[in-house]
Amino acid sequence: MSTVLDPTAERTVAERARLDRPASLDGKVVGLLDISKPRGDVFLDRLEEELRGRGAADVQRFSKPTYTKPAPVDLRHEIATKCDLIIEALAD
Amino acid sequence: MTTSPDRSSAPLPDGIVAVVKRDCPTCVLVEPVLQELATSDALTTYSQDDPTFPADLPVRDDTDLTVSYLWDVETVPTLLRIRDGEEVERIVGWDREQWVAFTEVPDLAAGLGDDFPDWRPGCGSLSVDPSRTDELRVRFSTSGLKSRRVDFAELEDEFEAMYDRGWSDGLPVIPPTEARVARMLDGTDRSPDDIVTVVPPDLVECTVEKVAVNAVMAGCLPEYLPVVLTALEAACTPEFNMHGLLATTFFSGPIIVVNGPIRNRIGMNAGVNVLGQGNRANATIGRALQLVVRNVGGGMPGGVDRATMGSPGKLGWCFPELEEGSPFTPLSVARGLEPGQDAVTLFAGHGPQSIIDQKSRSAESLARTFAACLRSVAHPKLCIKIDAMLVVSPEHARVLADDGWDRSRLEGRLAELLTLDSDELLAGVDGIAEGLPEGFGGMELPKFREGGLLIAHAGGGAGLFSAIIGGWVNGDEGSDPVTRAITTRGNT
Repeated sequence: MSTVLDPTAERTVAERARLDRPASLDGKVVGLLDISKPRGDVFLDRLEEELRGRGAADVQRFSKPTYTKPAPVDLRHEIATKCDLIIEALAD
Repeated sequence: MTTSPDRSSAPLPDGIVAVVKRDCPTCVLVEPVLQELATSDALTTYSQDDPTFPADLPVRDDTDLTVSYLWDVETVPTLLRIRDGEEVERIVGWDREQWVAFTEVPDLAAGLGDDFPDWRPGCGSLSVDPSRTDELRVRFSTSGLKSRRVDFAELEDEFEAMYDRGWSDGLPVIPPTEARVARMLDGTDRSPDDIVTVVPPDLVECTVEKVAVNAVMAGCLPEYLPVVLTALEAACTPEFNMHGLLATTFFSGPIIVVNGPIRNRIGMNAGVNVLGQGNRANATIGRALQLVVRNVGGGMPGGVDRATMGSPGKLGWCFPELEEGSPFTPLSVARGLEPGQDAVTLFAGHGPQSIIDQKSRSAESLARTFAACLRSVAHPKLCIKIDAMLVVSPEHARVLADDGWDRSRLEGRLAELLTLDSDELLAGVDGIAEGLPEGFGGMELPKFREGGLLIAHAGGGAGLFSAIIGGWVNGDEGSDPVTRAITTRGNT
């Protein structure tokens, strides 16, 4: 038998249950996060149009400073406090 | 990282203690002397390899080398004088006068005849035999390595077991046993539990020990560890943005360029096939960095690594600059460090792309070739946002040197030649939709931002070729090259 040292961070992954999917968009505030890739806005403009037509109370737009880095904590907090739902768009 | 072992687990009796092995001709020679001593003094004998040797003595078994290791026996025979449990004197080998004085037996060995030699050197103790020292160090270690121990079952192939656990980049990895990791840690004077940096994408605090574990797996030697540690620190800075580089759909990965005397001290290859396979240091340092990102940071291809195609250099890409005979100041010096300082420069890139110019015999002509080829980095109509590295071969460097060009002369001329008419770069021009938006017409734009073209000298002595290493998105949006001094030193 041989024994080796674990090369990983030895972390237990935190698992959080997802929220239930809403039955409808009625009265919900939907956030759209643009990760700042070219033409992401084209895709999100169309989504916003669709969402407004399907009963969302409001659609709010957000964008990351750059697509190459994780969203800043403040931005994540703002989205969490303002929105019921969030759609993140990756586009090229 | 090693501390003095605790001898309380192997106390020695007062009197004279002899440590011997049968495999040593000097020990065999002094067998009758030890038999003689046993009758005249309090003698305790330990044998490292055969408890029936020396004959006719109550020999204590030290085949597990506990006494030899803990009492720092380096030569056999060794005689120790112990008083109140402490060593007060020791001699090694056979020297008649020394033994007489040590044992205070005036006629010691007198009956063994005139042919009995007066002097013989001892032999190496088994406790300092290189094949045994790693195991001994682990057994008596107070190193306190904290990583979880993973036991492989008797019937498990350890190499397959490591693949199964997802610890490999696809190539076999060396099992990181405690002995190997302890030896790797001799490569640095840093404590195993020092935090090196926070590694993306999981933003994990990474200890020197975890870097050593992954360096073992990558195939590094201990003397490479300072390079790996500094490269990891540089890669995990906000400027270099290892997180984004990992996550991108683009081709690039972290490339390490090494400068300074350490290149030669650890046997790196800056010559023939410098960007290719075949040199252990070149091949394993870059691999160790990528294994840390994978195993500690959790950055897996198909997970956070979303590369559309990737590139073979993502297995690990590290090379030294050929400072010897170069017409350029070393890259690290051009980037602000002192000459002679060991350093790494991290560059987010992929490739290489070849440049052939076998006809230019003037620096101007060759610079024009370089510029024409560099124009195509990422796309001939894209500029400023992507960096590149130009690796100039010795034969091309000679053409530049013959005309008296140095680094700044070449950089300046390339900047001129790569100043582009933006009308040629607009979307739609040449029937190509890719390009700059309309508003950018009527300007002169640089292909590379200031400082965005790095130049290094490396390669074999024959071949009028150079190489372009294409970069990733630069600046706040992407990655800036990072140069760092290698300051950590080895233990040994």
